[in-house]
Amino acid sequence: MAALKAQIVEQLNLQEVKPEEIGDDQPLFKDGLGLDSIDALEIIVLLQQQYGIRIANPEQGPEIFYSVRTIAAFITAHQTNK
Amino acid sequence: MHNGEAYITGSCVIRNNRVYRDGTLLWEAPQEQELPEFLRGGYDHFSGQYPKFHKMDPLSKLGWLATEVLLKEQPLNYPAEKVGLVLANRSASLDTDLRYFDTVKDIASPALFVYTLSNIVMGEISIRHGFKGENAFFTADTFDAGLMSAYVGQLFAEEAIAACICGWVEVMGPVYDIFLFRIERSGSSVVFNADNLQKTISI
Repeated sequence: MAALKAQIVEQLNLQEVKPEEIGDDQPLFKDGLGLDSIDALEIIVLLQQQYGIRIANPEQGPEIFYSVRTIAAFITAHQTNK
Repeated sequence: MHNGEAYITGSCVIRNNRVYRDGTLLWEAPQEQELPEFLRGGYDHFSGQYPKFHKMDPLSKLGWLATEVLLKEQPLNYPAEKVGLVLANRSASLDTDLRYFDTVKDIASPALFVYTLSNIVMGEISIRHGFKGENAFFTADTFDAGLMSAYVGQLFAEEAIAACICGWVEVMGPVYDIFLFRIERSGSSVVFNADNLQKTISI
């Protein structure tokens, strides 16, 4: 998950956040890390560029993007299913 | 109907890696420093505590930073609906448009796409300071002090605004020039007109 945190920080240009400061289960949006809808789109781009994963059902977004752990689980599940 | 008279109560000029307020040099970075580093240095010096700054394009960063300098120690105390924003530049959002176009060849960047309009800089300034008044963005080869004073003066005359941030926010690649004015219905001896706009920015 450390690598994923670093990728998120870089992709989202979070210059005042260190990857290790992001909790595994910390909510990424709203009151958590404070990400917004454009950040969500950038994470979609990240998944596509870094992992070759496309999100087939946009309605899953809030669940997948809840925290670094949920994103990591989604990546793992998708790669296992390949 | 008001007579449209207003006053220049402040100015901020950002050019040649220097930041001036009311004609006084406040901060400067080495001349050889490139724009992204200069902007980061300016943010650290004048503001901080606003992480969204780092996501902005150079046009928004420059306009945002100049407004920050202009209002930091003396905020505009008017109803949000009475503060206007009227800006102009030469290159519109072309600086960001080209970088966005580069990403389209691979996967289009949503973060860049949202800045492919020149008036987004006014949105960023408005979010920061809570402005909700009249706004307009003009594109022209050079700063037209006559147009700026006439347009903003008319807004004052119609009592659409009681204060305004107006001026020039140009950036294209490494080349930039920013000058913003703080205009209010009262509070200064410098009358808001085209001649005084030109005099104020001749640094």
